[in-house]
Amino acid sequence: MIISIASGKGGTGKTTLATNLALSIGKCQLLDCDVEEPNSHIFIKPRLIRSRSVSLPVPKVDDKKCTYCGKCSEVCQFSALAVIRKNVLVFQELCHGCGACSILCPVDAIWEVEREIGVMEIGQAGDVHFIHGLMRISEAMSPPLIKAVKNEAEKDMVTIIDAPPGTSCPVIEAVKDSDFCVLVTEPTPFGLNDLVLAVEMLRILEIPFAVVLNRSDVGDDKVDEYCEKEDIPILMKIPMDRELAEAYSEGIPFVEAKPEWKEKFADLYNNIIRMV
Amino acid sequence: MKSITVISGKGGTGKTILTASFAALAESKVMADCDVDAADLHLILKPEILKEEVFLGGQAAKIDKSKCIECDRCLDECRFDAISENFVVDPIDCEGCALCYHVCPVEAIEMIHSKQGRCYISKTRHGHMVHAKLGIAEENSGKLVALVRKHAREIAERENIEYVIVDGPPGIGCPVISAITGASLVLAVTEPTVSGLHDLKRVVGLANHFGIKALVCVNKHDLNPAYTRQIELHCQEVDAEFVGKISFDTVITKAMLNAQSVVEYQPDSSVSEQIKSIWQRVDEVARTLP
Ligand code: SF4
Ligand code: SF4
Repeated sequence: MIISIASGKGGTGKTTLATNLALSIGKCQLLDCDVEEPNSHIFIKPRLIRSRSVSLPVPKVDDKKCTYCGKCSEVCQFSALAVIRKNVLVFQELCHGCGACSILCPVDAIWEVEREIGVMEIGQAGDVHFIHGLMRISEAMSPPLIKAVKNEAEKDMVTIIDAPPGTSCPVIEAVKDSDFCVLVTEPTPFGLNDLVLAVEMLRILEIPFAVVLNRSDVGDDKVDEYCEKEDIPILMKIPMDRELAEAYSEGIPFVEAKPEWKEKFADLYNNIIRMV
Repeated sequence: MKSITVISGKGGTGKTILTASFAALAESKVMADCDVDAADLHLILKPEILKEEVFLGGQAAKIDKSKCIECDRCLDECRFDAISENFVVDPIDCEGCALCYHVCPVEAIEMIHSKQGRCYISKTRHGHMVHAKLGIAEENSGKLVALVRKHAREIAERENIEYVIVDGPPGIGCPVISAITGASLVLAVTEPTVSGLHDLKRVVGLANHFGIKALVCVNKHDLNPAYTRQIELHCQEVDAEFVGKISFDTVITKAMLNAQSVVEYQPDSSVSEQIKSIWQRVDEVARTLP
């Protein structure tokens, strides 16, 4: 069972939902796939078990063999190689690690070396098995690291995924193969606009989904109306609560600040199970 | 012409709200919404589209079944598991690297550009605005961001406009790097929470890495004064100037519901005063930069 938590707009409460859900359903694992700005560990406070570096293969050119024919820069779709007279320039941050240059080089002058793009940390906090990725600063591409985090996950364990915000490649990498996705939003024009985009994305990916409305009393009714029209269930409404916002600011999970919420999150989980 | 990019690391800290107010406060500017993934600035600025451009970004492989001899070469080489056992490419998994296209012995594979988005040049009550819409489930937002920036720059240069003000995307990855490229300075908006500080450190680290001057402001500062203080201290450590704070106030949401920036909706509110003072400082610093 894989449940991902996503949202078009950032800062709507993805991490709040992911961490509190994980803390309310007994044994499970939480994967923080927002590798650009991971925050779940702040609330889960896992004990670190191990960490490892995650890398991508990038080309290295053997000057002795290279004939400067230019084939590699011609085949690279990501402009990661340039052949300028008797010099091959490799722009490592642009390389997607596809292997085209090394495989297609006519004189076998290119081999591949590993380049670190981030680290992955694995830990445990009570019943929650925890994995997250931390992308190296100045690194452009997060999907390979997200993939690595997902590959590290235990099979056959209830899995909660905290996805990055947005609707493009990093989010797709995080939510694909989920059994269910919860979209967190807020009842504001920005929240609605970005919810609609996220819904379109999940429909393309054919992942079943529902909505959780956070700070449900701060704005207008347009999100409710939209969900009703589109027949999207709203599984939970979390009102704006200054006490909870303050707990959040200190890194204290909801269910610790107000234990009565634990049951609500467990119910949320059971509702999801029923829908899958 | 100078370019100011508003970023945040963590999403939802109030980046767009602040940028929209800058649109009203700056005298001579072009606005650029570089959060092409989840663009929101248009909801406040209500642009009227003058020009539209289709953006062709990445590509995906397509296998012509009538030519395919099922030799398995493409399947073996593709590192993104994008080709199924029955030789169909999943356009979502496909990275567009074209390796399969090159290794196919019978030229059965074609690389197809999908329409990836649109870029718009518009006019608003606050002057020109360049914005975009990325195709859903598409990649390459970095390139679309670069296109938005380029159009905004061109307008500013042509019309002798002082500022390009960029609403940047959240995170620290490719679209953010693209949005801060060429910026005279970045303004990072954060909130006084453990998460906000954690993410601020990374995004200021990114600006430092590229040698771009970073200014910092805190939204909802009174939610946790102790963390606001910590953020100020962190700014001193990393040599990022702290330029102001904004109170936790419902006027911000009310302005948004009214499709207005805060400084238009309630120009005399204390939040508006705070935003004005932040803009004043940003403007002063920008003038000292080359
Ligand atoms: S491995 Fe692929 S992306 Fe990297 S340089 Fe070679 S062809 Fe370009
Ligand atoms: S273009 Fe690259 S990623 Fe796409 S199917 Fe071909 S080899 Fe795989």
